[in-house]
Amino acid sequence: MLMKINVKVNGKDYTSEVTPMMSLAAYLREVLLLTGTHIGCDTSSCGACTIKMDGKAVKSCTILAVQADGSDITTIEGLSQNGKMHPLQSSFKENHGLQCGFCTPGMIMTAENLLSENPHPTEEEIRHGLEGNFCRCTGYHNIVKSIQHAAESN
Amino acid sequence: MIPAKFEYIKASSVSEALSLLNKHGDEAQLLSGGHSLIPAIKLRLNQPKMVVDIGKIPGLDNISEEGNNIVIGANCTHHQIATSSVVQGGVNVLAQTAKEIGDIQVRNKGTIGGSLAHADPAADYPAVILASGAKIEVEGSGGKRTIDATDFFMGIFETALEDNEMIIAIHIPKSSGGVYLKFSQPASRFAVVGCAAIKNDNGVSIGLTGVADCAYRASAVESAYNGDAKAAAAHAVDGIEVMSDNFASSEYRAHLAKVYTERALNALA
Repeated sequence: MLMKINVKVNGKDYTSEVTPMMSLAAYLREVLLLTGTHIGCDTSSCGACTIKMDGKAVKSCTILAVQADGSDITTIEGLSQNGKMHPLQSSFKENHGLQCGFCTPGMIMTAENLLSENPHPTEEEIRHGLEGNFCRCTGYHNIVKSIQHAAESN
Repeated sequence: MIPAKFEYIKASSVSEALSLLNKHGDEAQLLSGGHSLIPAIKLRLNQPKMVVDIGKIPGLDNISEEGNNIVIGANCTHHQIATSSVVQGGVNVLAQTAKEIGDIQVRNKGTIGGSLAHADPAADYPAVILASGAKIEVEGSGGKRTIDATDFFMGIFETALEDNEMIIAIHIPKSSGGVYLKFSQPASRFAVVGCAAIKNDNGVSIGLTGVADCAYRASAVESAYNGDAKAAAAHAVDGIEVMSDNFASSEYRAHLAKVYTERALNALA
């Protein structure tokens, strides 16, 4: 049975019909074609699917699209403004914060959540804050450096 | 991963959720944060026909002070508990424990009611819930009742909740001193062994998680404790059938239980 949902994604309102079984991550990718949100483990371990929902970073693979009815969502596509990259995005670019890039959207969305709660974290706080995100290239040093630089440039 | 087919209803009140539970019996599952249930559904370890979403029921996500208790609504997230000044002020060990659960994304969505009802034998909360002498307020179609923490956890993923009951709130007595220490499984960060120690009028109370098929109150340690942490901690697994899995043999787990109980007692002293 299809169910109707209303969501706001990156400032735009959408009304869609989805099955109860569809994850929010799959909805964003397959229905809204916002493929910046990646699906890695699909069981809330790896963090590649991290988005912001009602102001908080969450793993969209472990939320049903029907649960998100009425929510305000920001994905990686919603971070840049007027064609200008978000400070975290430029910092990842400048500091070689990505290798294969698969984990990057989730890393940046988690980092955005971290900096919104703690604008000037220590290196240890950044590393601890990323405990829910895996980089299988193991490029953690430059990811942490990218976030430190973004925090300093704020 | 494609879950098996299920229907979904968002309940707007406790009574609506309870009538759906009554109607669908075993085939229904309650969904709150979903961070235990949804992966289980995807892996087909759990195949409900009906998912009743209680996540948006008004009034289940409050934290308040009632006399000598801190009352935490079932739908409060781990992040909410970790950062609540009421929890930090009344029973800080619970706020500190909430901070240890999963990662920030999980803490932003996972709830205390969901975690307790799921009753994972390696979950963090049960140790603190037991040591603090908390009571679980539940509601069924027959009305409300409270269950002592010591009667709540009954086995692996098994609690004293009846099929048609749901958790409404957790009532935790305030405490001045408490500590929760865990030896984390290196990948999942679940507790291989976790020990909560809390000061009370009679001395100290101890809750252990990860050790057995469900968390338990280590009464033998409590009655043996007279200031000598090592001697008392030797009783950490008295009368307990200690779990064994590919992370830790029962012998190693029993050893860890004693070490972490000793450390918790020393940290409290």
